[in-house]
Amino acid sequence: MTKALSNLRICDFTGQLAGAGATRHLAAFGAEVIRIEDPVNEGRWDILRGNAPFVDERRGIDLGGAFNNHNVEKKAITLNLRTDTGKQLLTELIGKSDVVSENFSAGVMDRLGFGYEDLARIKDDIIYVSNSGFGASGPYKPFKTWGPIVQAVSGLTFSSGLPDQPSAGWGYSYMDHTGGYYMCIAILAAIIHRRKTGNGQWVDLACTEAAATLTGPAILDWSANGRPMRRDGQPHSNHNDWPRMAPHGIYRTDATDTWFALACRDDEEWMKLRAVIDDPALYDAKFDELDGRIQHQADLDNYVEAWTQQRQQQDLYQLLLAQGIPCSPVRTPEQRVDQDPNTENWGLWPSVEHSLMGKVRVDGLPVHLSETDWHLENGAGCLGEHNEQVFGEILGYSSQQINSFKAEGVI
Amino acid sequence: MNLQASLGPLSGLKVIEFTDEIAPWAGKLLAEMGADVVRIEPLEGSKTRWYEPFLDDTPDPEQSLFFWHYNVRKRSVALDIQTKAGRDLFIRLVADADILIEDQAPGKMAELGIAYDTLSQGNDSLVHAAITPFGQSGPRANEPATDLTLLAGSGPAWSCGYDDHELPPIRGGGGQGYHTASHWAVISILTAIIAKEQIGRGQFIDINASAASNVSTEGASYTWLVAQETVQRQTGRHAGVRPSSPTQVQAADGRWINSGVPARQGKDFQKTYDWLVDEGLVEQFPEAPLLQLGGEREGFLNLGAISSGEDEEGAAIFAAGRAAMVLLIKSLPAYEYFTKAQERGFQCGIIYSPEEVVQDPHFAARGFPLDIEHPELGRSFTYPGVPYKFLGSPCEIKTRPPFLGEHTRDIMISLEYSEDEIQMCMDNNYVHSP
Repeated sequence: MTKALSNLRICDFTGQLAGAGATRHLAAFGAEVIRIEDPVNEGRWDILRGNAPFVDERRGIDLGGAFNNHNVEKKAITLNLRTDTGKQLLTELIGKSDVVSENFSAGVMDRLGFGYEDLARIKDDIIYVSNSGFGASGPYKPFKTWGPIVQAVSGLTFSSGLPDQPSAGWGYSYMDHTGGYYMCIAILAAIIHRRKTGNGQWVDLACTEAAATLTGPAILDWSANGRPMRRDGQPHSNHNDWPRMAPHGIYRTDATDTWFALACRDDEEWMKLRAVIDDPALYDAKFDELDGRIQHQADLDNYVEAWTQQRQQQDLYQLLLAQGIPCSPVRTPEQRVDQDPNTENWGLWPSVEHSLMGKVRVDGLPVHLSETDWHLENGAGCLGEHNEQVFGEILGYSSQQINSFKAEGVI
Repeated sequence: MNLQASLGPLSGLKVIEFTDEIAPWAGKLLAEMGADVVRIEPLEGSKTRWYEPFLDDTPDPEQSLFFWHYNVRKRSVALDIQTKAGRDLFIRLVADADILIEDQAPGKMAELGIAYDTLSQGNDSLVHAAITPFGQSGPRANEPATDLTLLAGSGPAWSCGYDDHELPPIRGGGGQGYHTASHWAVISILTAIIAKEQIGRGQFIDINASAASNVSTEGASYTWLVAQETVQRQTGRHAGVRPSSPTQVQAADGRWINSGVPARQGKDFQKTYDWLVDEGLVEQFPEAPLLQLGGEREGFLNLGAISSGEDEEGAAIFAAGRAAMVLLIKSLPAYEYFTKAQERGFQCGIIYSPEEVVQDPHFAARGFPLDIEHPELGRSFTYPGVPYKFLGSPCEIKTRPPFLGEHTRDIMISLEYSEDEIQMCMDNNYVHSP
């Protein structure tokens, strides 16, 4: 199958998930993504390199499972940018690239001597995409973040939880995934713009701003109605206010820490659920219409849970699906990875071949393109694994020259 | 420079959006980068025009703030897709477009006579993006779903919630399951636009919302894939195979701080000590000498040696660093702690509610909050802005969301419908124009 992005070359400084997650998708669609790492500290700027999870007892800088997941299909080279030769090699590589991508703190590339002005001098139509927590301007420009900090400052952490409890927030770096998606979108949009106009540019992506776009109706409710989300009884994110639905929640089942979600989108679905539960209390007129169900939602939740907690998760699922009511087990990783026919049928967990780890399963892509679909076959590169290939085939150096770069500590 | 460049990087791209509730976010992301996005609505309007909250709490299809947020900068055409005239208008719109985004149930487009096979006959460069809860086919394709059931069934909810597992797992707020599907729609649409140069034609894209959340759960998925271990939810921090220390601490003014990762390097312990001195708190912190001891250590503490008991002094230093951080948070108002900590190089965050973000001086200085005028109401409203600054092709959204069918007539004229034809379509209720 034709690869969608096979004539793109990305000179990639990204790491962690917020950056590496962006260029991963470009690589899956065939872009040549060349990941540049520091040989002196063995690429440890990316804290995932060499960290858990591991496939077996072996440990080492090339054996991190998360790093492998985020860097499939990329080439791995090393460059010591403290040396003049290192800077020269980078300059040559940028001259042959379409995009330079990074998610350092704002200002780091400038200090390395490779800010946007420098890049554009090397290649005038270069696309430079920087992804930092607070962006490249404004009073918090130097502030540092990782996913949970972005989520806290953007309003996403606050928006997730129960009334009278602290914020539950997100139990993972939702904004590292999503920041990576925005970064990927920014790169693709800038490429489309360049093909149309011939112009490159700098795209300054601020991850906290990307996150804050995801709470829009709450911002408008404050702006238009003067109603802040920071108020008594809010938020209750297992309920649904926009649009209003009730019942709507996550309920206990008969087994320990085993949960079940259901939502009634309209009166018709509510009447079907009420008939299945068949508890006379639910036929009280106060539950007949949505306004009443919202007003008495705590009572309603108690009645629904009194029913769900006497039943098995799978039985509830079959029972309500048969009625056409939206519902789902709260699936464990094992349930959704190994026991869900939808993810299996989709090919969502492909195996890649890693030079040292062997075959490892990774996240696939949730899209299928009819003509130029994604393809994942190779795991992440080991440190410097593609030095010969990149410095030889792309920059035209001989093996002898490459060996002397190694000897001089340049690569 | 090309004049169009100032309209955003995607200016010139024509998008037809035939969506219900999962995918309007995808259209909005394209619109704010400069694409011309026309939303097709039924004659009575999108059902999302009836989603809360409403301006002044007055239910009205032109006053849904939910609809506003997802449709700013788009245009609206109202037509009855069940009629031949409505379907013909739809087909003519798509024949003239680069991209179609739809989130109809699997099989629905074929039933309406507007499946990809039909549409691509009139426009083989069309990129047709179809977003559904579980994909176009497969064993669960027809299961009903909402944002809640997607996030519950596809991973996120398992990882979100509280240390106390008597409390339920939490569905993160704001429609994020739909957002994640829409993010993937935009990534794949732009990829297909670029691919046209390689293959000389458009294509069909099947976007699976459940799969999108499944591959957006960070460690929960790959810890299982790689090591067959299961993460457990914890309050306000990463779900983990093993429990970690709390990170949310309540500040002196009752608001909360995410304290980030505790000090681990020698210089950070010294900086913590200095900060206690500056705040006049060192007297009430008996472990202060441990921070000074930590300050003498080179590089990072070895957390492995600490947890195995090999480095008892290191363990005491590490604990003192955490305790000092908690004391500082409890002693200062949240905003003051956040800015002072960051200025001293400690990664941390204030836990803002959504409306507090657009009132913060940093985001204001970057021009992120966007005031959009609604001339008919004589008011303007603060919307979240665009998260990326395309410095060579700025995105400038200034157009309020469309009234139902506001652009039906203009667009029919641009498709070379005659005045008589337009009038006939309106008289027969095939289309709606206000």
